[in-house]
Amino acid sequence: MKPDELRAALPPAAVGWVDEAVTQIEVDPGAIARLFPRAARACGRAPLGDAPGWTADEAARALLLKALPGDVVAGEADRLYRFGDADEKRAVLRALPLLRIGEAGVPLLHDAIRTNDTRLVGAALGPYAAHLDAATWRQAVLKCVFMGLPLSIVDRLDERGDEELRVMLAGLAEERAAAGRPMAADATGLLNRLSGTALRKEA
Amino acid sequence: MRIFDPHIHMTSRTTDDYERMAAAGVRALVEPAFWLGQPRTSVGSFTDYFDALVGWEPFRASQFGIRHHATIALNPKEANDPRCAGVLDVLPRYLEKDRVVAVGEIGYDSMTAEEETAFAAQLQLAIAHELPALVHTPHRDKARGTQRSIKVVAESGIEPGRVVIDHLNEVTVATVKDSGCWAGFSIYPDTKMSPPRMVEILKEFGTERVLVNSAADWGRSDPLLTRATVDLMLASGFTDDDVDLVFWRNPVEFYGQSGKLELDDDDAPEKLFEGNSILRGGS
Repeated sequence: MKPDELRAALPPAAVGWVDEAVTQIEVDPGAIARLFPRAARACGRAPLGDAPGWTADEAARALLLKALPGDVVAGEADRLYRFGDADEKRAVLRALPLLRIGEAGVPLLHDAIRTNDTRLVGAALGPYAAHLDAATWRQAVLKCVFMGLPLSIVDRLDERGDEELRVMLAGLAEERAAAGRPMAADATGLLNRLSGTALRKEA
Repeated sequence: MRIFDPHIHMTSRTTDDYERMAAAGVRALVEPAFWLGQPRTSVGSFTDYFDALVGWEPFRASQFGIRHHATIALNPKEANDPRCAGVLDVLPRYLEKDRVVAVGEIGYDSMTAEEETAFAAQLQLAIAHELPALVHTPHRDKARGTQRSIKVVAESGIEPGRVVIDHLNEVTVATVKDSGCWAGFSIYPDTKMSPPRMVEILKEFGTERVLVNSAADWGRSDPLLTRATVDLMLASGFTDDDVDLVFWRNPVEFYGQSGKLELDDDDAPEKLFEGNSILRGGS
């Protein structure tokens, strides 16, 4: 989702508030500290029909971050995440792939994945998770299975899924079977696909 | 039956409590920042706690369909520790958060000069951030502490209707009623206030501008004493409407003065991904 698509998906009143806030941030980047927490009150929290998976507050906050000058955006994103409530943290995570910050946002993903808040763990596994090393990413995928998160939230799941992830999922499946507890269908599906890939590679 | 507990320290409670509260009719609550039993020695210790009040705890509550809000402040007891004085400087950041609906708990513990300075400064923060204030009254020397609290509130210039003076009893309720502040009562198993005494106070002083809470925390306390008080009110001749006023409309009116109360349907577990829950245990 591109910034102009997010803006277009917002209701008109929210667009007005965001445009005004963006102007303020362009003049004074420090203003984002005050505007970022207010975005939900100003723009609402409704899911956006034209931006599937995004809510109005998340989109508005992404646009505020996008308005920051290049030399301060990484530092401000870090501060807004550090001092944000759970919704603000999630909004920073969602916005990371839109920002030109290279790998500077990776520590935020690590923090989010350490939490036990499904909204934060889920938001950490979007497109920006491309910057995560394979071991961290596999652990995070397995954590999604433990937390009951749908694996459809994981960006490029099948592309990144590898033999090591297959081994980890197979181990979990064995434990679950021994305990008489089911494993989520999407996790079983992933395990089957990875096993199939492994067989094809062997053949 | 809908109950809004206007003062309860869920950080100290388990998911069993959330489950039983939801079953008893609790649909919303306010968790004030307070003392944790173990004294804190740095500002960072407070910010991690405040972060939990606006992050992890609302998430836990949402698992049980309970809407969680917080009040943020430097509490009176720890206002006496110079190592914690810097907490006042980080408060403005938290007072801007969506779910922070008041400044609190502020007030007196031992009625020291340090407590009074922090109390007055935080009433000014309430005015500046357009928030109501939650004032704790001391356990020792309570009557004089309550009178002095009312005086500090009056001197601050905050509108008394935006202030609740909490933990009241038979001795202190009349002064607070006369001041124009809201009267708060914490129902405890064996200390501050009990359900039968609460019902008598409601009979004498009426159901307007009264907030009744469980204030359940890490001490001996019971998060279902709101519901026990509801049941006793009904058994004592109060109507369903009286109960709804005291246990829902009053807290909604008081904390609604923040402009930040969110009680509509978009606050509940639907923000989560379908089917997941901390009830399954984390990793």
